[in-house]
Amino acid sequence: MLVDNEPGVLSRVAGLFSGRGFNIESLCVAETLDPAISRITLVTRGDDAIAEQIKKQLNKLINVIKVHDLTGTEHVEREMALIKVKAEADYRAEILRIVDIFRCKVVDVGPAHYTIEVTGTDEKLKAILSLLKPMGVKEIARTGAIALGREKKYRGS
Amino acid sequence: MAVLKEEGVKTIFGFPGGAVIDIYDELNRTDIQHVLVRHEQGAVHAADGYARAKRSVGVCLVTSGPGATNTVSGLASAYMDSIPVVVLTGQVPTKLIGNDAFQEVDIVGITRPCTKHNYLVKHVDDLARVLKEAFHIARSGRPGPVLVDLPKDVVQGKARYKPLPEPRMPSYNPTYKPHMKQLRRAVALIKEAERPVIFSGGGVILSGASKELTAFARKLHAPVTASLMGLGGFPGTDPLWLGMPGMHGTYRANMSIGACDLLIGIGVRFDDRVTGKVEAFAPNAKIIHIDIDPTSISKNIPVTVPIVGDCKIALRELNNLLNEEKVKITKKSRKPWLDQIEKWKSTRPLGYKQKDVIKPQYVIEKLYELTKGKAIITTEVGQNQMWAAQYYHFDRPNSFITSGGLGCMGFGLPAAIGAQMACPDKLVVDVAGDGSIQMNIQELATAVQYKLPVKVVILNNRYLGMVRQWQELFYERRYASTDMEHAPDFVRLAESYGAVGLRATKPEEVESVLKEGLKVPGTTIMDFWVEREECVYPMVPAGAPITEMLLV
Repeated sequence: MLVDNEPGVLSRVAGLFSGRGFNIESLCVAETLDPAISRITLVTRGDDAIAEQIKKQLNKLINVIKVHDLTGTEHVEREMALIKVKAEADYRAEILRIVDIFRCKVVDVGPAHYTIEVTGTDEKLKAILSLLKPMGVKEIARTGAIALGREKKYRGS
Repeated sequence: MAVLKEEGVKTIFGFPGGAVIDIYDELNRTDIQHVLVRHEQGAVHAADGYARAKRSVGVCLVTSGPGATNTVSGLASAYMDSIPVVVLTGQVPTKLIGNDAFQEVDIVGITRPCTKHNYLVKHVDDLARVLKEAFHIARSGRPGPVLVDLPKDVVQGKARYKPLPEPRMPSYNPTYKPHMKQLRRAVALIKEAERPVIFSGGGVILSGASKELTAFARKLHAPVTASLMGLGGFPGTDPLWLGMPGMHGTYRANMSIGACDLLIGIGVRFDDRVTGKVEAFAPNAKIIHIDIDPTSISKNIPVTVPIVGDCKIALRELNNLLNEEKVKITKKSRKPWLDQIEKWKSTRPLGYKQKDVIKPQYVIEKLYELTKGKAIITTEVGQNQMWAAQYYHFDRPNSFITSGGLGCMGFGLPAAIGAQMACPDKLVVDVAGDGSIQMNIQELATAVQYKLPVKVVILNNRYLGMVRQWQELFYERRYASTDMEHAPDFVRLAESYGAVGLRATKPEEVESVLKEGLKVPGTTIMDFWVEREECVYPMVPAGAPITEMLLV
């Protein structure tokens, strides 16, 4: 959704979800090309009636300019994660192979660990995590999903 | 100040304090009247009552910290009932915000979920625009309260005021004009319907659509029920009137909803007190729902034809379409349905038996008779509110003022003060209980100070009656903390405030006390000692289908 880039807007959105018993699975906010407008990408779950209510309620917030529900539409979706995985001598090569297969990057190397940067859909992130878990994942930071509709008529900024 | 004048503000309800001392100093030099309340909650309820009686925006001014937090119940009530109120709160100077300064509170954070919108003004140059937007948001679309937080240094700052155009906000564009296609679909359903019921609500009153509604109902020969907030939107003395539906609705209104094949909801939100068990609500009906707020539609009850738009415009368009398509619905064709309703009405009318103790319903009936239904009635919350809704028949919109959604005890007296300020020539009566009236009793001082002839009718049963009723019916009469045996002597209390106090303890005194109370000038309390354990009937237990009522 596109919102006014003002203090308190995120709290209005988050407060709406908690106050009405909707849940937020992930949330990603940053300025758009127009510094007066921010884009919030939010992942939530609910049946059609709940999704409808969420959209209407969001639209009702004065600071919300536009809400797009990307569920079931053509869109690109990406999420980034930084994964700090234990890298003992026996596993270092194996980890690098996985990194190669998933087209990730090793962004930090230490004597005991690699930090891997991976970008993709939720499924891709889950897949690489399940492969890395046996080696010992020490820490993980995920951005939450961001997405844009594929259609040309979609005029986001 | 320039904006306030431009917005046509004539009256402000408020209470001063350190953070707003500059505003008060300036206010003193204008011709805007300030009404000094005795508690900030009273200020918001008064502004609410004022807004409804006058059909304009009510304005409050309070200080920071506790002044601001005391407005929360009033804001929440106005928010639930969609009443246009602008609350101006003082705030500590911007450089102290976040510092736990004296009388600092994050009121914008606190009131976010109970206002339509709120603002913290950070710079004096934004002040005029924000105030303009605040009034615009409060009164447009589905109205509601807007809070503007004003740091002390911002209001001490100077800015040249240039008249601003009406605010245009890209993210806020309420839909007034309904979609033609949906209206046509509605007309198609109306043509087919054999047992229609119109269910109107607060939206009809807010948009001033009573005339259109009445024309629509008569054209359809369709019976009309209205939510608590919608009372007065359709004449309560009309033969098509069903009474209120829901938890304390009439037998015929609830049975009609249960049996109808088309329910036309207009400016309502299908609140749980109306629907009871949602699966069993209007089970045989297709539903048309007109509302300006899309979130109200299909929120609680799935709707066949949703119509987003202003009630007045939608009804006018519907009436036009019915004319254009030459839809003729005859009274004769509607007879079986109306006969059935008449049968429900005559078998189970609202009723009570007046014996040797005053019945609260009797007091309201007498009040209705003596005022010829012409008073503006405000209420507190609980049994008094339900009896007022059931036994006073409201023929005009904006004549019944109650805290419907929030159910905020202590609403009635300050709201009556607001309504009386808005309509100095009208009779304003607060129907109260002994419990509720004590929640904002301090406002008696306000009423007396401004010489407002507000009349307070206390249905005194020395119980928190509605909760006691639940305890009687569902908790085997375990009256936990509902006995208000220790109560003030309301007559002497009135006198100590400089008001008139009267009392009736026997049925034969009711009429004379009412007559005298309505006649004497000035603020008056009438204390009626009513049957202690009287219940409001009919009653639908919470969560039950509304067609399963407990009757007298």
